[in-house]
Amino acid sequence: MRRSQFSADRRGWPFYALGAVFAAYVVFLYGPMVCIYLLSFQGPQGGLSFPMRGASLHWFEQLIQQGDTGDLMGALSRSIPLALIVMVLTVVISLAGGLAFRNRFPGSGVLFYLVIASLVAPGYVLSIGIGLMFQLLGWETSWYTSALGAQLSWTLPFGLLIMFAIFGRFNRSYEEAARDLGASQLQTMVLVVIPILLPGMIAVALFGFTLSYDEFARTLQTTGSTNTVPIEIWSMTQNVTSPSIYALGTLTTALSFLVIGVSLGAIALIQRRRLGSVTGRS
Amino acid sequence: MASVLAEPEMASGGRGGVELAGIVKRYGDGTLPVDGINLKIGSGTYCCLLGPSGCGKTTMLRMIAGHETPSEGEILIDGTDVVGLSPRARGTAMMFQNYALFPHLSVRDNVAFTLRVRGINKKDRYREADRVIEQVQLTELSERLPSQLSGGQQQRVALARAIITRPRVLLHDEPLSALDEFLRLQMRSELRELQRQLGITFIHVTHTQLEAVAVADQVVVMDRGHVVQSDPARTVYAEPRSAYVARFMGGQNVLFGRLEAVEDGIATLRDEGGRGFRLRLGGSVRPVGQRLAFAVRRDHVRLARDSAAPPAFNAITGLVRAVEYQGTFVKVTIRPDGSGDKDDLFVAYVEEGDYFAAPIGIADRACAWWDLDEMHALAAD
Repeated sequence: MRRSQFSADRRGWPFYALGAVFAAYVVFLYGPMVCIYLLSFQGPQGGLSFPMRGASLHWFEQLIQQGDTGDLMGALSRSIPLALIVMVLTVVISLAGGLAFRNRFPGSGVLFYLVIASLVAPGYVLSIGIGLMFQLLGWETSWYTSALGAQLSWTLPFGLLIMFAIFGRFNRSYEEAARDLGASQLQTMVLVVIPILLPGMIAVALFGFTLSYDEFARTLQTTGSTNTVPIEIWSMTQNVTSPSIYALGTLTTALSFLVIGVSLGAIALIQRRRLGSVTGRS
Repeated sequence: MASVLAEPEMASGGRGGVELAGIVKRYGDGTLPVDGINLKIGSGTYCCLLGPSGCGKTTMLRMIAGHETPSEGEILIDGTDVVGLSPRARGTAMMFQNYALFPHLSVRDNVAFTLRVRGINKKDRYREADRVIEQVQLTELSERLPSQLSGGQQQRVALARAIITRPRVLLHDEPLSALDEFLRLQMRSELRELQRQLGITFIHVTHTQLEAVAVADQVVVMDRGHVVQSDPARTVYAEPRSAYVARFMGGQNVLFGRLEAVEDGIATLRDEGGRGFRLRLGGSVRPVGQRLAFAVRRDHVRLARDSAAPPAFNAITGLVRAVEYQGTFVKVTIRPDGSGDKDDLFVAYVEEGDYFAAPIGIADRACAWWDLDEMHALAAD
């Protein structure tokens, strides 16, 4: 019998070389984050760098008590609603776009490239442009108008591209079957298309939420007089010199993980319900 | 039982006679997948649309189902033109090639779907669905999702989901192509049995000749958007109208020859290799010198080692190219003397016992011959 060159007991040097690259990647990705998480639990006497002087939640308290550390709670009270609005709009609009782009229509190619172009456009420049436009029109920039628009220019192309991938695997005969059985267009959409596409739509929602929640460049010049979280963090790094800034990092990361966890959990639940084990049922 | 299924449009009393008049389907790029079809399918008939891929059979089916609109022509079901009507208003139901079962719904909810969209309450629609599920013997599996079923079970769910609509015409798009050979034969006879029980019209698209002749009352052979023959299964198999049908159905050897003389309705022909053939022309009059196609069934020829002089008429001699044992018979393929690479090979099906009494091997010379009554003339393609 011929032994595979990839068999477990004889690995060539590329395996170790690539393994080393991956290990370095993991260290560079997670090393700094772990440092920040650790330092956020610095004791009250501790500073911005190691060593740790005891462990406490002191800097988290400092953070939540609005004051010299900046208005984090205020920023969260804007960032989370903003991310939720962006999420809903991204899901709805990219679902509609995905449905529309299943057929070629006049100008569909041009429209597609226009959408993709806003992915390539430098976010900061776009942000200045939107800020200037609002000024020109005499409108006031704020997180729920100009920043919302700026963020959608970023999340919609992503959402649409994911929807293309989802629709690529969606069999149109489901819709024909529904029609064959007497369903109206609305019934087909609500009872067949959306339930089948739901895992993909949750993925788009997750993207929409996290892209908005983390968005900096496009928001900087469009958020107006009040800040979103990333901009608040950025302005804090300019003037806060305490481990509060680390506590903030830990807190926001935890929130991101929570959102991702909930979304993936929901997708897994749907998949399990669909592909549930045969033995488990009668 | 007073059923929730009593539908006003079903009250017409028809049983699903389908008539196609001058149907043309033209695509935007100018192609004509269906090019002028006239066809009558009697009510309560099991009809197979048969042809190679791209012949227009699926497009035809989808137009009858109401999932595509003909560019020209009328589709009559029980005398009413249904072009433009919804599938439910037509009284048709379609079984999709991949079944298109809704993956997020249980078997029961899949079957009850049509009642759900009609606004029938859960209790009534489940009672009706359970009754139909019982009919296809899936009662134990009614809580399962489609992904938890085998291919054959999925097909039964699709059948139940279609027949709960009480269609007059049930349309099947290659219903057996996703199944393995064993299940295919089983489902084939189940389909035939179901059609007999329901007494409605079945229209079944397939590219498999034996499937078509096995189940269908009426076999419609299609080629490049046209119907080339529409006849009972036995007629299509035994008396193909043209060389195309004869070749496509298999079971026939197609031969060509120029007409030399006609005497008492018996024509004498000669092919390029100088072989003579005699066949009954029946009523048709053909000019002497015309090139005619004719066919002889593979299982109606006799075969022997080529020794003495072959018969003067209706005989082919050549080298045996292949021998395939088929169980009840042996398929012997002969390359006729003087034939080129592009010419048809001649095939004889020899009854098993006869073959092994005097076996003929590969590279042996063989002679096949037959009676003039075994031959019939074919129309030009």
